[in-house]
Order: sequence, then structure tokens, then C-alpha cells
Amino acid sequence: MPLVQNLPALQVVLPLVAAPLCLFLRAPRLAWLFALAVSAAAFAIAVSLTVSVTEVGAFTYAMGGWAAPWGIEYVIDPLDSFILCLVTGIATLVLLYAGPSVEAEVPHRLIPAFYVLFLLCLTGLLGMVATGDAFNLFVFLEISSLSTYALVAMGRDPRAQTAAYRYLILGTLGATFYLIGVGLLYMMTGTLNMEDLARRIPAVADTRTISVAIAFLAVGLALKLALFPLHKWLPGAYTHAPSAVTAFLAATATKVAIYVLVRIFFTVLGPIEAFQTLPAAVHETQVVGVLAIIAMLSGSAVAIFQPNLKRLLAYSSLAQIGYMVLGISMVSVTGMTAGLVHMVNHAMMKGALFMALGAVVLRIGSPRIERLDGIGARMPVTMAAFLIAALSLIGVPGTSGFVSKLYLVRAALEDQHWIMAAAVIVSSLLAIVYVWRIVEVAYMRSPPADARPVREAPLVMLAPLWVLALANVYFGLETTWTVGLAEDAAGFILTYVPGEGPLSEHPALEELLEGVNGGGHGPAAEEGAH
Amino acid sequence: MRLHSVLRTTTKLLMPPIMLFALYVQFHGDYGPGGGFQAGVIFAVAFILFTLIFGPVRARRVAPAWVTTPLCAAGVLLYAGVGLVTMALGGAYLDYDVLAHTPLHGQHLGILLVELGVGLTVWAVMVSIFLAFVGRDTGALADEADTDTDTGADTGAGDGHA
Repeated sequence: MPLVQNLPALQVVLPLVAAPLCLFLRAPRLAWLFALAVSAAAFAIAVSLTVSVTEVGAFTYAMGGWAAPWGIEYVIDPLDSFILCLVTGIATLVLLYAGPSVEAEVPHRLIPAFYVLFLLCLTGLLGMVATGDAFNLFVFLEISSLSTYALVAMGRDPRAQTAAYRYLILGTLGATFYLIGVGLLYMMTGTLNMEDLARRIPAVADTRTISVAIAFLAVGLALKLALFPLHKWLPGAYTHAPSAVTAFLAATATKVAIYVLVRIFFTVLGPIEAFQTLPAAVHETQVVGVLAIIAMLSGSAVAIFQPNLKRLLAYSSLAQIGYMVLGISMVSVTGMTAGLVHMVNHAMMKGALFMALGAVVLRIGSPRIERLDGIGARMPVTMAAFLIAALSLIGVPGTSGFVSKLYLVRAALEDQHWIMAAAVIVSSLLAIVYVWRIVEVAYMRSPPADARPVREAPLVMLAPLWVLALANVYFGLETTWTVGLAEDAAGFILTYVPGEGPLSEHPALEELLEGVNGGGHGPAAEEGAH
Repeated sequence: MRLHSVLRTTTKLLMPPIMLFALYVQFHGDYGPGGGFQAGVIFAVAFILFTLIFGPVRARRVAPAWVTTPLCAAGVLLYAGVGLVTMALGGAYLDYDVLAHTPLHGQHLGILLVELGVGLTVWAVMVSIFLAFVGRDTGALADEADTDTDTGADTGAGDGHA
């Protein structure tokens, strides 16, 4: 088998192998460069996978040569390659940025361990996206989560440990709920392969076991992606984690969790329309959409009153997660496209904002607003990038934020969801308020008289920051790539039909399946469900 | 602990059988219940028992940080390395068929090595975590007191909201 065919495996294995190797590199700078090279290679793999997917369509990879549904299968489809590019691209930029930032914020002897954990986290996120197996997804979810808890705890503020502990408890609850949900699905279908699950679930859809499984999956994943009201872990974790970690988490971790939500609810549970049948909270709007609206409004409103800018941006992230989930909850191609486009755009804007803030923390020592008087004049290059990303966060025309909000409002109007459209606009107005607070402090006030002069952040930090800031402008004007890929992925996911599968070739298995099919509505299965 | 001769003697008596049983579980894993994870845990249990009776200082003399920390990584490397080798030999990732002249021998060898990697890492991680908890251990990953310049006055005003 030529190496090229192994790319789906290498995508995940490369950072997995690199992580323990990092532990042996005692010199912090060496570990940094090594991790950077690895994530750049992972990005190259993701790009080549995207090219293959656009050329030949979705393809699979059988781990260890064991054919699905018995073995673990990796599936790369348009949605996967889209997210893989996003995660590896952001990881590369953040790692480039991390060098000086981590040296300043993480104790010296922990730095090699920091890069080990960072690469493990990357492994987990990539594995969650690449795998086509519901249990394998849980394993990668835990790999990324466990390393994230430790990364958050490395923040220099002692409160980082409390925040990490809270994140640990809630994150573990979320993962456990996911596992219980998958366990219940397995109980009814006897399979863990996602495509195979999608094939078999319709036969047993009306059982109570499947309903309970859907409930556990929904709550578990909502915890992981920090959907209101299950978001309590997020502000603390983002505020106290080292700056590079915050930038990475804000730009990737919650995005991958949203990806998993889409994957589970629209492919695995897609044939039984589980997402559409989640309880309706307010007449035709179902509960997820309502929660998304509350997240958008409350997140933006709370952000206005935060004195710590990292916490302010964390609350703003909660609101932005609301936008993405809102788009998905409309269950239309435009809505899904809007949600997916905002995933990428938000990754770019929040990545840039947290990076800029990290550069400020490096030079000023604090992300608190009262320390930042006149910072626009003291660190003009950093703050200009911050300003661009902040305008994108509001959704000013010409930035990527505008594109996602345009699609979101269009999708809402298409289906006559007037309240949703209004909520997007009100939340954007609230964003103007909290961004203006920062702009006023940074540009309208003069630096304190006793302020010592500060230098700009080093070039390795400014370069990725500006790449992301300019990406916000570029993807605000040129939308063929983001919107095009998102539309492909949205169309693919909403019309997902599981393939035929190998089952019909095996008479014994067919008989077995018959048993499940026939018993699904019968008394035997009902008994099993109770 | 000097006076508890029953505990000390029993521990000394139990340790070899526990470790032997761990090795049995490790290497019999391909044929019966068992495997690297269980074996690693059982092997670590022997060290944990030793630590409970003889204290973390003596335990660290048996399993020093410079042994346990690299082993945490080495096991994962062995596991992932086997996968890379099968790829290099023309198979899929972790497709052991290509490891030896016949697929059967290849499968034997592959699972043996992979389970060994799992066992090493599980043992090393269990011992590291336990010793870190018991001894406030200053192993490889201990934190240094870090004074920083943050004003530290973040009141977390938002915590009550939303």
C-alpha cells in the first residue's frame, strides 16, 4: 500500500508519535520547533486529504486491515477534510505563536511537557474528526479532553487549577454521557461503526432505549461544546489558561465538539431525524434553537461587564457558539452552511483576538482593562490586528464575521424565523458595546504618565496574529473557499444516506439482522428496553 | 512501620507472585483474558503495595522518576512504532500480517509488541501518578513556585451571571 493511501491514518498518528518524542527533548526551544514542524506536516496532510476528497469524494481507511463494520474505520468526507484543515491550520499558527508566549507564562521545566500535551490534544481533535467509529470517537474525545485539562492547569494564576478542576468535572460528565448514549445505541444495534449504526437504527427507532440514548448524547455533547446552560466550565478555563492554549481551545476545541454534534445527529441518527424531533420549546422552534438564542444574548450581555479581557472574550465565545448552534438548529442547507462558515470564521477571529491579548499580556503582564489605557499607541501593530478581528467579531461588512451573519440572517428569514433573525442583530449590537469599551480604553485614553515604554511582541507572535487578522479580511471579501466548502459539507450532511454495507453478503448476519428488525417493535425488544 | 513485621513480611511474600501474575496476564493476553492494560495495572499494584508499607522514599529508589517518566512515553512509542513499521512494510496502520513471513506469525508478533507497549505505559503512568499523590513527589513534572506580575484582582464578576 503506497504511503499516500495511509494519509488518513498518518493524519492522526503523526502527532500521536510526536507527542512522546517531545518528552525526550529536554530543551524548551527544541521541543517547540519540533512540535511546530509536526503540526505543519499535519496541516500539509490535511490539505492533501482535502484535495483527494474534492477529486474522488469521500473515502475510507480500514485500521489494521480489518474491514468495517467489524474493524475501526476512518472516513474522510467533505465535512471531515474541511474541519481537519481548520484544526491543523490553527494548530500550526498557534504553535508558531506559542514559543515566546509559553516561555513567559509556563514554568521553565514544564515546557517540554506543555508541547507533549499540546500535540496529544491535537491528536485527539484530529482523531475525533477522522474516525468513523462512535466508540473510537469517545477515546479521542478523552485524549483531547484530558490533555486540555492539564494544559489549562498550567496557567500561572493559581486559579487556573480551580478552573481546570471544574472543567475536568464537567468535561468528564459530558464525555460519560456521550459514552452512555453510545452504549445504549450499541445495546440496540450491536455495532459501533457510524455508517452501520445509521443503517440499523431506523429498525429500532421507536424504542425507549434509543430515546434515552438521544437524550444522553444531546446533553453530553452540549456540555462539551459549552451550549447554554451547560457552559460554566468555559469562562474560567479560557481566562486562566496560558494565552496560547486559550487561542487554540477557542479556535478549535469547541468547533470539533460542534462537528461531533453534527456528525452524530445528522449522520448516525440522521435517518431517524433525531435532531428534528428534539423537544420543541416554543411552538415550532425546538429546544436547541432557543438555547442558542439565550446563549447569544446572555453571552454578549455578560461580556459587556467583564473587567478581564480574556474573560470578556470567553463570554463572547459563548455567544458565538450560540450563532453556530443556531444555524445548525434550523436544519436547512443555508442554516447549516451559516453554522459551518461561522465555525471557520469564528476560529479566525477568536484565534486572532486571543493571540493579540496574549501579546499584550506578554508585555504588560495583565489582560485587565484598567491596565490597558492607551495600549493602542503603546503596541500599535498588535492592537491594529486586534481591532480588525474585533470588527470581524461585530460583523462589519468586509470582514468574515459579516459573511457568517449574513448567511445566518438569510437562513432565518428563509424559514420565517423572525425571532432568530432579530436575536442575531441584537446580539451583534451588544458586541459593538463590548468591543467599543476596549477600543475606547485602547485608543481614546492616553497612557498613564508613569508607564514605562513597551516593545511590540516578537515577530514570531506577530506573524501568526497578522495571518489570522488578514484572513478575517480576505475571507470577508473572497468567500468561495469557505462558503463553497461549507455548502458542500452541509449538502452532504443533510442528505446523508448510509451505504449498502457488507451485510447482505452474509446470510447468517442477515438472519441476525432480521431478528433485530422483526423484534424491534415486538414484545421481546420492548422488554429489553425497559 | 518498623514494628509491623506481619505487614512487612506478607508484602515481601506477596510481591513476587503479584508481579509474576502480571507477567502471565501480559503474555497470555493473546490466548486468554488479559492483555497489556490489565497487566500494567497489576504490575503497578505490586509497587503501590510496596509504597504503602515501606514509604514513598524507598519506592522511589526502586522506581526512580528517570525510569518511570521516559517509560510513560516509551510504551506509546512502541505501540505507535509497530503501526509505523507495518505501514513501511506495505500494510495498513497496525496491520500485523506483514510483520513476519506468514500472517499468523505476524499477528502474534504484532499483538505481543503492541500489548507490551500498553503494559509499559500503564505501569509507568500508574506508578508515577500514585507516587506523585503520596509523596508530593518532585518527579519530572513538579511545579515550581511561580510569582507573576498579574494584579490577581480578577473578581470573576461574570461568574454569577448567565
